[in-house]
Amino acid sequence: MQNSGINVIFNNIGILLDGLGNTLLIAVTSLFISFFTGFGFGLLRMSKNRIVKLLTYIYLEAFRIIPIMVWLFSFFFFIPRTLGIDISGEVAAIVVFTMWGTAEMGDIVRGALESLSKGQIESGLSIGLSKLQLFLYIQFPQAIKRIVPGAISLGTRMIKTTSLVVLIGVIDVIARGKQVIERTKEAFWIYGFLFLLFFLMCYPLSIMARKLERKWES
Amino acid sequence: MDWSYLGRELPRYIEAGLVTLKIGFWGILAALITGLVCCFVLYYKIFILQKIVKVYVELSRNTPLLIQVFFLYFGLPQVGIKLSGTACAIIGLGFLGGSYMAEAFRGGLEAVGNSQIESGLSIGLDKRQMMQYVILPQAISISMPQVSANFIFLLKETSILSAIAIPELLNVTQSLIGLYYKTNESLLLLTVSYLIIILPLSIVLGYIERRLRHAEFGN
Repeated sequence: MQNSGINVIFNNIGILLDGLGNTLLIAVTSLFISFFTGFGFGLLRMSKNRIVKLLTYIYLEAFRIIPIMVWLFSFFFFIPRTLGIDISGEVAAIVVFTMWGTAEMGDIVRGALESLSKGQIESGLSIGLSKLQLFLYIQFPQAIKRIVPGAISLGTRMIKTTSLVVLIGVIDVIARGKQVIERTKEAFWIYGFLFLLFFLMCYPLSIMARKLERKWES
Repeated sequence: MDWSYLGRELPRYIEAGLVTLKIGFWGILAALITGLVCCFVLYYKIFILQKIVKVYVELSRNTPLLIQVFFLYFGLPQVGIKLSGTACAIIGLGFLGGSYMAEAFRGGLEAVGNSQIESGLSIGLDKRQMMQYVILPQAISISMPQVSANFIFLLKETSILSAIAIPELLNVTQSLIGLYYKTNESLLLLTVSYLIIILPLSIVLGYIERRLRHAEFGN
C-alpha cells in the first residue's frame, strides 16, 4: 500500500504541479501589487490628517477583524450579484489578497518608518534636506532593512492563505489533489504531499526573513 | 435587502456563532497547552525533545491550516484513524496555534533581563522561587500582546473549518445562501457576527495588555 501511495504522487505530479502554478500565480501577483500599494498605504497612514488617519485605521482593522476566508467568500458572491459582473475565482482571490496585502504591507512600512529615531530626521532637517531628500537619503535606506524581512514573512502568509482559494472553486494545487484522490482514494499520501509542498515553499522564505532580520538588527 | 429574513435567520447565526466560540475556545486552549509544553522543553533545553519541538514549530508555522485539517479529516481515516470533525478542528487549531503560542512565550522568557536573574540569585532565591516571583511575572507581561494577537488569529482561523463541515458561521452562511439565495443578507449577518465576536474580544485583550504592562521593570 505504501508503494502505491508514493506511486500515485509520481504518476500525477504533472497535474499537481499544474495546480501549483495557479496557486503561485495568485500569491505572487497579489504580493507584487501589494508591495507598491502597501508602500503608498503606509505613507498614507503616517499622514497627520485626522480623517485620513481614521479611514486608514478602519481599513486595516477591517482586515484584522474579519477573516480572509469571509472576505474571499463575500467578494466571490457579492460582486457578481450586486454589480452584475461575472468574476472568476482567480480574480476575486487576487483582489481580496491584494487588498489584505496592502493593509499588512502598509502596517509594516509604517512600523519601519516610525521606528527610526527622531535624531535621524532632525539631523537631516538641520543640514537643510528637503522632505523628499530626507525620505530618499535618510528614512528609506534605514527603513528598508526592517521592511524587507516583514515583507518576506507576509509572502509566506500569502502563500499559506492562497490555500483557501480552493474553497471558492479555483483549480489550485489542492483542487488538483482532490481530483487525484477521487480517482485513486489515496487521501493520506496526497494530503501528506501537499503538506510537504507548502512547507517546502514557505520554510526557505521563513529562514530568509529570520536571517535578514538578525543581520540588519541594529 | 430583505429585513424580515435577517430577523428570521438570526437564531441560526447565534447558534453558529456559539459553535465558532466553542471550537475557538477549545482550539485556543489546546494551543496554549501545546505552546506551554513546547516552551518548557525549549527553555530547559531537554535533549531530544528539543529537536522534535523545533521541527514541529517549523512544520506548523509553514503550512496552512486548511491542509492540516484536510490531512486529519480525509487523510488519516485511510490509515485507520477516524476522528470526528470537531476533534479534527480542535487538534488542527491546537497544532497550528501551539507553535505561535510557543514562540510568544519563548519571546517573553528570553526578554527577561540577565540582571534580573542575577539579582534574584544574589538575594538567594532558589530555582522555583526565581521562576515564580522574578521570571514568570515579567515574561507573561512581555508576551501578552503576542498571545492576545494569537487568540484573535486562531478565532479567525475557525472560518477555515467550514471546509470540514463544522457548522460554524461561514458554513451556516454557505448553506443558507444555497437554500434561499439571499446572498447579501446572509453575508451581512456573517460579517456583523464576526464584528460582534472579535471586536469586544480585541478591546478586552487590549485592556488586559495595558494593565499587565505595569509589571515591566528595568526598562
